[in-house]
Amino acid sequence: MTVTEAPPAPGPVEPVVHKQSVRRKLVPYWLLLPGILWLVVFFALPMVYQASTSVQTGSLEEGFSVTWHFQTYWDALTEYYPQFLRSVLYAGTATILCLLLGYPLAYLIAFRAGRWRNLLLVVVIAPFFTSFLIRTLAWKTILADGGPVVDVLGSVGFLDVTSWLGMTEGNRLLATPLAVVCGLTYNFLPFMILPLYTSLERIDPRLHEAAGDLYAKPSTIFRKVTFPLSMPGVVSGTLLTFIPASGDYVNAELLGSTDTKMVGNVIQSQFLRVLDYPTAAALSFILMAVVLIMVTVYIRRAGTEDLV
Amino acid sequence: MTEKTEGGDVRLSGISKTYGSFTAVHPLELTVPQGSFFALLGASGCGKTTTLRMIAGLEDPTTGTVFLGDKDVTGLPPHKRPVNTVFQSYALFPHLDVYENVAFGLRRRGVTSVKKQVGEMLDLVELGDFANRKPHQLSGGQQQRVAVARALINHPQVLLLDEPLGALDLKLRRQMQLELKRIQTEVGITFVHVTHDQEEAMTMADRVAVMNGGRVEQLGAPADLYENPQTTFVANFLGTSNLIEAEVVENSGGDVVVTAADAKLRLPAERCATQPRTGGKLLVGVRPEKISLAHADDAGTIAEGRNRFTGKIADSSFIGVSTQYVIDSPVCPELEVYVQNIERDSRLVPGAEVVLHWNPEHTFGLDAAQDIDAGVETVEETP
Amino acid sequence: MRWIRHHLVVLAGLITLAYLILPNIVVMVFSFNKPAGRFNYSWQEFSTDAWKDPCGVADVCGSLVLSLQIALWATIGATVLGSMIAFALVRYRFRARGAINSLIFLPMAMPEVVMAASLLTLFLNLGAELGFWTILIAHTMFCLSFVVVAVKARVLSMDPRLEEAARDLYAGPVQTFVRVTLPIAAPGIAAGAMLAFALSFDDFIITNFNSGNTVTFPMFVWGSAQRGTPVQINVIGTAMFVIAVLIVLFAQFISNRRKKTALPK
Repeated sequence: MTVTEAPPAPGPVEPVVHKQSVRRKLVPYWLLLPGILWLVVFFALPMVYQASTSVQTGSLEEGFSVTWHFQTYWDALTEYYPQFLRSVLYAGTATILCLLLGYPLAYLIAFRAGRWRNLLLVVVIAPFFTSFLIRTLAWKTILADGGPVVDVLGSVGFLDVTSWLGMTEGNRLLATPLAVVCGLTYNFLPFMILPLYTSLERIDPRLHEAAGDLYAKPSTIFRKVTFPLSMPGVVSGTLLTFIPASGDYVNAELLGSTDTKMVGNVIQSQFLRVLDYPTAAALSFILMAVVLIMVTVYIRRAGTEDLV
Repeated sequence: MTEKTEGGDVRLSGISKTYGSFTAVHPLELTVPQGSFFALLGASGCGKTTTLRMIAGLEDPTTGTVFLGDKDVTGLPPHKRPVNTVFQSYALFPHLDVYENVAFGLRRRGVTSVKKQVGEMLDLVELGDFANRKPHQLSGGQQQRVAVARALINHPQVLLLDEPLGALDLKLRRQMQLELKRIQTEVGITFVHVTHDQEEAMTMADRVAVMNGGRVEQLGAPADLYENPQTTFVANFLGTSNLIEAEVVENSGGDVVVTAADAKLRLPAERCATQPRTGGKLLVGVRPEKISLAHADDAGTIAEGRNRFTGKIADSSFIGVSTQYVIDSPVCPELEVYVQNIERDSRLVPGAEVVLHWNPEHTFGLDAAQDIDAGVETVEETP
Repeated sequence: MRWIRHHLVVLAGLITLAYLILPNIVVMVFSFNKPAGRFNYSWQEFSTDAWKDPCGVADVCGSLVLSLQIALWATIGATVLGSMIAFALVRYRFRARGAINSLIFLPMAMPEVVMAASLLTLFLNLGAELGFWTILIAHTMFCLSFVVVAVKARVLSMDPRLEEAARDLYAGPVQTFVRVTLPIAAPGIAAGAMLAFALSFDDFIITNFNSGNTVTFPMFVWGSAQRGTPVQINVIGTAMFVIAVLIVLFAQFISNRRKKTALPK
């Protein structure tokens, strides 16, 4: 038995199965092709069509043609800026409410639930099993004029405060901004709770003990340890809430009034009822741009690259 | 159990592997004789696992040829090679129970009645009662035995083991070393075992190839490697060596005489890994357990003809069977000396002046043109 | 006082839980209502009429069946396409990875109404007839990304040595995929498929834009909010809820029992 360093050119040099490796290199492209093609044709390409539609002029009868009419954007913005502002305001408020409501529940499930943990998770997900439209209609019953909720909130003076803030009108909840925000909050709450729970659940409970051992009071432990470590959940939870809420028109339609219309309502009616495609496309494009810019800035500031 | 084919050796001829500009394995020639327990020993990143994976077919060599017996298997994919692997951390199929894990290879080769063979194999690794468990319900040692059974049941020409005991705690590792050795003796299959643990390699293997930087530094029986290291890397990586930088003053007849500081040392010429030249440098090595200690007051009692010099105890640690001393001397700083605790001299405490002495036969010489600290175990902090 | 402070989190959490579950309770209770007018918003009297005749309103069961069909096909399409993408992303190297990742991420970071509107402009420009096929295309598109995310997570956590071990144990490429890769990735694929089914079945906004005159179940509910809400909607909502919860509880029960019997004696 010998071990020697082989001379510089050792024996015959093996060609390393070249035939197969070319085919092997193509495998990922074949795997990607159908799905990516689907997304290109039915997601990316429509964006292009929409962009082109937004600069067209014409009418339904005579047909539309591209005239690079950017005025549409300006007209749409000046006419519908209240709806835009409302969308951002309602979606933002709903996101904050979701965070305030969702965090305690996610914390409870992650650290305090013990053997009830799985059951509580089922309860969080369970509402999904009933169509969200049916559940949103149920809020009409809950918030109805003269119903128990309105009675209680009215008698403790809550409605006076919200009415002073311009969120409700008189002694009613239904068809007010608060009802819309309440519906949005309800609809997207699970999208906040689940990411929060996932990131809280990953935190080693011994970190709390270590922080306590190092002279931190419970409130300090939360501020300095738990909350910073749950940031990935906070970031993805707020995005998963804000993005769909900003484009929603179901809650504004079912729970609101004509004074609570959001930009989603405008796009929907322009597209499906008024049939003013250029204006609708321009509005949709602006909404997309606003959301993408806000999301990008937010992700940069929060410093989390790995979402979802 | 296996059929002993003529010339069932594993032969690597000019095998090398490069990744871009990084050479993981330099062209090497290596023959593993049939039926032997062969260890590839080295620190992480030395190319030992890459070498193993090239034998398994999981890695295509950049150059060279892999022979199993007389057959060139270089171009064969792993599933067409009569070679099986016990993976690091086992890679047991989590969705299959122990029985199906062990039967996997047989079923893929179209064997329909696997019951008897699987039963026998589970008995061999003493897991007969665990056939219906899933891997995650087993302890580390049990998983390890399933991994061995899953590979061995195919009667491979060669069994490859990639750090198979790395995930086990020390006590279990010792036990499994003996177990694997027993199984190897029983089935008589060639084992190629990759490890970074020099004690493991020495306990289990008949032959050890010490690898460093993608090359084989030295190959031989464990005792031979330990007693006659050819490089500072082997001297330091296998156990501990005291290496003294010395100058050759005489090289006549059977003995070489060297000086280091004020000491004159002697060693047999045939134990030098390099040709010593008078006036040249030589690294003189001696293992810590070969050195005896005498208190300076007793210097007169040391027999004539032994290598000797004086030093001062810097540190001592009592570890039961022996006491380990660190000794500072002008000849060499921080010498290690292990003394059996037979009759303990209470004067040998830190600060005491001592004489170190040993049989010149136990000295070896190495080429001085190498890094004296090569292969010294350093604690690496990985972030 | 200290007790309250200590259990503040629990109290707050339970309030949120009540907020989440309250509408389901209302839906359930009102499935036993006998409304006076066309709308089922205020309590009149107890009745099981709607439960005895859940399909008693025109189109309600037809729309339900249509929704189930679309969800089934969209799930199959999105799961197959999405799983292929996920495997490619985790297991292979290729060009334009960044662009492909964005193309998968963007549909999830886009308000639904934008996708709905742009898809409609595409269909209008192509002169496609809105209906079953346009809904199916749209649903497959927006479910795809979610499947990729779910499957990718699972494949990422899978030890590549398992596939090497299979190849080492005489399994060829196809056998390795069928016997090892697929079964281990199965929970991820199942999770992705279930998510896709739920998303498709319950989708309203994209369907609203691209359905033409085709009525899925959410479209039916939407329409009835304008014309009058039959109690049957509540019956179907409640039934789906109860069935799903029972399935989840049953699955939990099975996995608990399996865990218990699997433990050493």
